[in-house]
Amino acid sequence: MIPSLSDFALQEKDVLQALSKATARDVDYADMYVESCVTDSVSMEESLVKRAVKSISQGAGVRAVAGERTGFAYSDDLSVRDLEIAADTARYIADSPQGDNPIAVTHRAQPSRNLYPLSQPLTDITTEDRVDLLNKIDVEARRYDPRITKVMASFNTEQKIFLVVNSEGQLVGDIQPLSRLQITCIAEDGDNRQIGTFGGGGRVGFTFYLEQDRAMEFAREAARQAIVNLGAVEAPAGTMPVVLGGGWPGILLHEAIGHGLEADFNRRKTSAFSDLIGQAVASELCTIVDDGTLPFRRGSMNVDDEGTPTSRTMLIEKGILRGYITDRLNARLMKIPLTGNGRREDFRSIVLPRMTNTFMLAGESDPQDIIRSVKKGLYAVSFGGGQVDITSGKFVFSASEAYLIEDGKVTKPVKGATLIGNGPDVLKKVSLVGHDMKLDEGIGTCGKDGQSVPVGVGLPTIKIDEMTVGGTAMG
Amino acid sequence: MMSELATSHSDRFSEMAAAVLKRAKTLGATEADLLVAEGDSISVQIRLSQVDRLSKAREKVLGLRVFFGKRSASSSTSDFSEASLDRLVQDTCRLAQAVVEDQSSGLPSADQMAADYPELDLKDSRQLSVEEEIDLARRTEQAAFSADSRITNSEGAECSAGYGSILLANSHGFTGSYASSSYSLSVSPIAVDNKNGGMQRDFWYSAKRKFHQLDSPEYVGQEAARRTVRRLGSQQISTQEIPVVFDPETAKGLLGHLASAVSGYSLYKGASFLLGQLGQSIASDLVTVVDDGRLPGGLGSRPFDGEGLATRKTIVIDKGMLTSYMLDTYSGRKLGMASTGNASRSVGENPTVGATNLFLSPGIHSPEDILKSMKRGLLVTDLIGFGVNLVTGDYSRGAVGFWVENGEIAYPVEEVTIAGNLKQMLKDIEMVGNDLEFRGRLASPTVKIRKMMVAGH
Repeated sequence: MIPSLSDFALQEKDVLQALSKATARDVDYADMYVESCVTDSVSMEESLVKRAVKSISQGAGVRAVAGERTGFAYSDDLSVRDLEIAADTARYIADSPQGDNPIAVTHRAQPSRNLYPLSQPLTDITTEDRVDLLNKIDVEARRYDPRITKVMASFNTEQKIFLVVNSEGQLVGDIQPLSRLQITCIAEDGDNRQIGTFGGGGRVGFTFYLEQDRAMEFAREAARQAIVNLGAVEAPAGTMPVVLGGGWPGILLHEAIGHGLEADFNRRKTSAFSDLIGQAVASELCTIVDDGTLPFRRGSMNVDDEGTPTSRTMLIEKGILRGYITDRLNARLMKIPLTGNGRREDFRSIVLPRMTNTFMLAGESDPQDIIRSVKKGLYAVSFGGGQVDITSGKFVFSASEAYLIEDGKVTKPVKGATLIGNGPDVLKKVSLVGHDMKLDEGIGTCGKDGQSVPVGVGLPTIKIDEMTVGGTAMG
Repeated sequence: MMSELATSHSDRFSEMAAAVLKRAKTLGATEADLLVAEGDSISVQIRLSQVDRLSKAREKVLGLRVFFGKRSASSSTSDFSEASLDRLVQDTCRLAQAVVEDQSSGLPSADQMAADYPELDLKDSRQLSVEEEIDLARRTEQAAFSADSRITNSEGAECSAGYGSILLANSHGFTGSYASSSYSLSVSPIAVDNKNGGMQRDFWYSAKRKFHQLDSPEYVGQEAARRTVRRLGSQQISTQEIPVVFDPETAKGLLGHLASAVSGYSLYKGASFLLGQLGQSIASDLVTVVDDGRLPGGLGSRPFDGEGLATRKTIVIDKGMLTSYMLDTYSGRKLGMASTGNASRSVGENPTVGATNLFLSPGIHSPEDILKSMKRGLLVTDLIGFGVNLVTGDYSRGAVGFWVENGEIAYPVEEVTIAGNLKQMLKDIEMVGNDLEFRGRLASPTVKIRKMMVAGH
């Protein structure tokens, strides 16, 4: 299904006339992004599904780009008058009078594929079905272990419809579904209280959660983590070998290199990766891509928020830095390929180059052999969030489930600890890459410049010879 | 012009609010409340003296909450057309009837609604033109460049001004509104190390409700440059247990964790390391923490909270003793306590608990004296990551700062973590600075913690 301007009660001629107010002699490019988003959320705690929230948001953002300058204005009123005011404001940046070149749509591009064909629109899932799912999760998580004392779960869906029309005469739109199930368990044993969280989702419909017993598996996994943490000892402090499990630990790639390869920081030369194209930034075992074309994935899109089809971009090939991820502005100014990574949180936000699904390709090692190769170190399988200082390259990510490795064996669980490293160096210390590449379950949200967008990550089991682990126990 | 726009809308919005509440009642809702927020903002980003981005925004949104006895649901929309609002009320009422009863749900009682609106000085009518903002941002960035020749690049300077108004109405007949403004100036310079080519970035800012209270662009730029250049030549230190001093910016983060741990929602969910600690000593006796919703001109001040209750001053920790949680009506009922007027509400969400202006009361030591008290230790000036577990209090974050030797700053430090447990860290606060300054909703003076584990090489 392709959206049309009539979904917004707008006529093409009015939109084009408004957008033409954003163009002027010095404006290189202008676009108008019209969006509507419906989100539905139900949540459960104390074995009661007692909260339900629905929100409807719609509006339009207009921008005009002149050289490196961007003028941007938005309105949550979609009247022709408000669109014209926004367009006129955006043009201010160009410092030249309004143009009189009318814009005509010459390229009515429809996404040539549908990466997320759903049998039922997310907005059609009944509240009763949502409530029923959460109730079953509660029972399942509590059944896992009597020490599970609290279960909290939420199920959120979002249906985003947008159209973007630009000064080059292109009109493109997409309907992007997104859903997520999130479960938190608290386990208690005397005074010892621990938390476990798990979840999953993607650009998937309701049946995804019911297939393969997935929702119940998520519930058991959240409960299992909380129980494991009841037995956690203090994490070690200091530098040591670190083995990362497959899947979500790929957040390492997102923080350590992904952000540093976003084109805007490199155009400004404010990234620790600036001017490193063609150089070795990782061991030759590492090949890393950003791929927005994987069906049903949380970070995937048919087209990005500028209407550019998403693609698979080689970031690091056998250790060599190959490319950056771009939006229109930065691709044009840097004269490098457009990769379909122009993303925005919503109509209120400007477009930035952002990651989609970022992962490392599988290697050849057996994951068990990787663990056996470590005499004393840390094995981390689940993480909370991470953060990076783009300029210095220093990044952190925090383990929520980790174990000691002693004499090649996984032994005691340890308390959560933050791992810290230097982006351009850390992957040079990758000495083994497993054959078990796995994508995460679909829960990632990336923040940049105050904007949140859904992303995916993936990783095979890998060994990093040396990393600083921020525990509390003197190693 | 923009703030006048806000005022002129308020009559129309209160009529709209009354109509929506009436419609909900007609559909069978026993209680309802709604929030209308609107705002205008204009911001300019300058980079290398050129305008990089100019943004203008106008927004409005309505959030509705309806109750059918003990069942409730919430919704929001930015479409204020009659048809859209009508559909919203119907959808919300239907949603409320699909969830289960919750014995603690419901509006606060009618007699709890705020009766007085003190003048909190939250609004400045000073309008900034685009040209003025460009000039202010440009001067801020220029001041950073002029301050030190090692500042060679920049992530840009930003100047912004925002004007907003809030209207809250409920089926008890309460209607309250207030307007506010905010102005900010910031810059993020980048310095290059001539020795190894490594780059460092830092940031400084000023944010106020009154334009004339903003720090000058020159001051903001120079301070940002000072903070950036001092990071050049950073190194890792070895893994060790040492005293750690948090500067006011990073100490604010500790207050943020405390605010989450004393929030009624964390407590009734069993997700706080301070569970069951009310009336007990949880911190060193140097620690007194206050939440004051009526601080004149405060960035967190408001006359009434997200449910229409009067805001107030709450002493959360008194000389180390946990004297109050922070609560709204719902979490208070769950815990068998009265709301502390801390309901915070994003439009369209259920209320939750939020601090207003939360601060650690100043102590007697100058920041210099605090450093002098350390033979060897770490002064922390920036933290990254999310390694804080509020259920257990376990704390482990990436840190940037300075190695202190014999009471003097020796060299800058990076790529280390600091770790401990918040329960112990609060008890281990052994010095509190006299340098409290309100730069945001949370404020803290310098704080010294007796010892933490620092992991490095």
